[in-house]
Amino acid sequence: MTTARVFAVTLLAAGFSFSIGCGGGSSSSSTHTTTPPTTPANNSLTITVDAGPAGNYANGAFTSVTVCSPGTSTCQTVDGVLVDTGSSGLRILSSALTTVSLPQQKASDGNSVAECLTFLGSYTWGPVETADVEMAGEKASSVPIQVLSDTDYTAPNACTSSGFPPADTLDSLGANGILGVGLAAQDCGPSCPAGQYFECSSTTNCVSTNEALAQQVINPVALFASDNNGVIIEFPAVSGAEASVSGTMVFGIGTQSNNGLGSATIYDAPDGTLTTTFSGNAYPGSFLDTGSNGYFFLDSSLTGLADCNSSNSPGGAVPIGFYCPATTQNFTAANQGTNGTSGTISFSVASASTLFASSADTVFPTLGGPASNPPNYFDWGLPFFFGRNVYTAIENTSTPAGEGPYWAY
Amino acid sequence: MLLLGRYPLMNRFGAILARSIGTVAVGAAFTVFCLPGVSWATLGGSSGSIDSDQTQMQGTRRTIAGNLYTIHEITAATGTVVREFVSLDGTVFAVAWQGPRVPDLRQLLGSYFEPYAQAAQMQGGARAGRRPMTVNQTGLVVQAGGRIRAFTGRAYVPQMLPAGVKLEEIQ
Repeated sequence: MTTARVFAVTLLAAGFSFSIGCGGGSSSSSTHTTTPPTTPANNSLTITVDAGPAGNYANGAFTSVTVCSPGTSTCQTVDGVLVDTGSSGLRILSSALTTVSLPQQKASDGNSVAECLTFLGSYTWGPVETADVEMAGEKASSVPIQVLSDTDYTAPNACTSSGFPPADTLDSLGANGILGVGLAAQDCGPSCPAGQYFECSSTTNCVSTNEALAQQVINPVALFASDNNGVIIEFPAVSGAEASVSGTMVFGIGTQSNNGLGSATIYDAPDGTLTTTFSGNAYPGSFLDTGSNGYFFLDSSLTGLADCNSSNSPGGAVPIGFYCPATTQNFTAANQGTNGTSGTISFSVASASTLFASSADTVFPTLGGPASNPPNYFDWGLPFFFGRNVYTAIENTSTPAGEGPYWAY
Repeated sequence: MLLLGRYPLMNRFGAILARSIGTVAVGAAFTVFCLPGVSWATLGGSSGSIDSDQTQMQGTRRTIAGNLYTIHEITAATGTVVREFVSLDGTVFAVAWQGPRVPDLRQLLGSYFEPYAQAAQMQGGARAGRRPMTVNQTGLVVQAGGRIRAFTGRAYVPQMLPAGVKLEEIQ
């Protein structure tokens, strides 16, 4: 089916250029009318792995996003926005929005809507506002986004009770924003449990509320006029630590000549995960996440990799939460989609302490650490994306390989 | 940065604990402090404190008895499942969670929350990136992660683990 659909798209594209070529040279083809093609949107954006706007990020992929006051040409381009296939929706620091003001989203009773989104080890808090979002030549109108700020409204207990640190300043986020281009369209979904969206009747009184799907913060790509069924993250191979590397984010899957699936393998992920097999054990609940800055998998006892501690991290701060093996270790694992496809992955993990010793480097293809308890998943972070073109197909959208959600690479 | 001193009641216990964390004597002292009527203590507290967790989470509860400990499993209204591990002497020595929301750790960790949260705040900074969280102190281990909509984690006091309990059982 995949091949057939790709073939169909290819044919379509071929037919297209044929009719253009034909129309110019032959008067006999007057019976066949060709609608002039709309010029395809410029659908690719550079993403760069570097230290980011705070100057200290490791394995962060950054890009620029333009936000506009809805329906106007009052816009601001925000750079240093982290590209994150592990979340959905655009979040921008309040402090980074200096020349554009965006309307606050209101609940039906007139109260302001704010959001608390918990990530793996931090949370973002702030009001939901509406913006037109532009990237490359693509535009999405009236997009609910989250503006990260702890000053507009005080984060309620339900938001801070995880004890996770807030990520709402340049220092704490390490970026000017997060662009979530994951498999989900909205960031909570149709049955959204309490504790994510809040209604604020005053700056200090925000209570949990049910946020309708259409009002939720959404992956802006899903609202593009075209090329709206997903993205491709493309990075060259990286053999060792480097100061920076550039890649490309392409919008759309099978919609233009530059975003066909080619020979990529489709990994269907109806619940947003795939199964990783490692050392004979299967770990469902695994995922591909540019927003995680390393391979985070299992734990020390299952991998044989030492956690970083003061004895294996001499001469500097201990990189807590990373692995610090004495020598670089090589591994093999396999990913499997629910459609039965599978493929093998080879990867290596080196000592985070050694990698971080070179302060000029920000690109680390061998950075890794333990997952959380229970240690039963693989978080394939940014290093996985080096040397691959990884497709992220948004849920409930149509692509040449069938409906999302799936990953392909 | 938001700091976490919003529960003055707990600051006192937190301060006591922070000063003497890691000694077995503290566990005992803490139990004496918290047993009568203090509904906030769970980790390190008595199994009776689980009632307040269940109420706070609007959850349903079942217990799973074992040879070395009993698991009190609360399924919260949010869908998150919290497991509290209670030793034979009635002390909650570990909690674990799995589900769409990170549970209220202020509630579940009691006075361990302050030292945990302060350590968690220090995870940022240079080279931090975005990743699972690990707090590993002498008297408290917290591991949290998973993914959006499917969080996992656990917290335990190593000194309170009953003899014979393996860490991989705490999940």
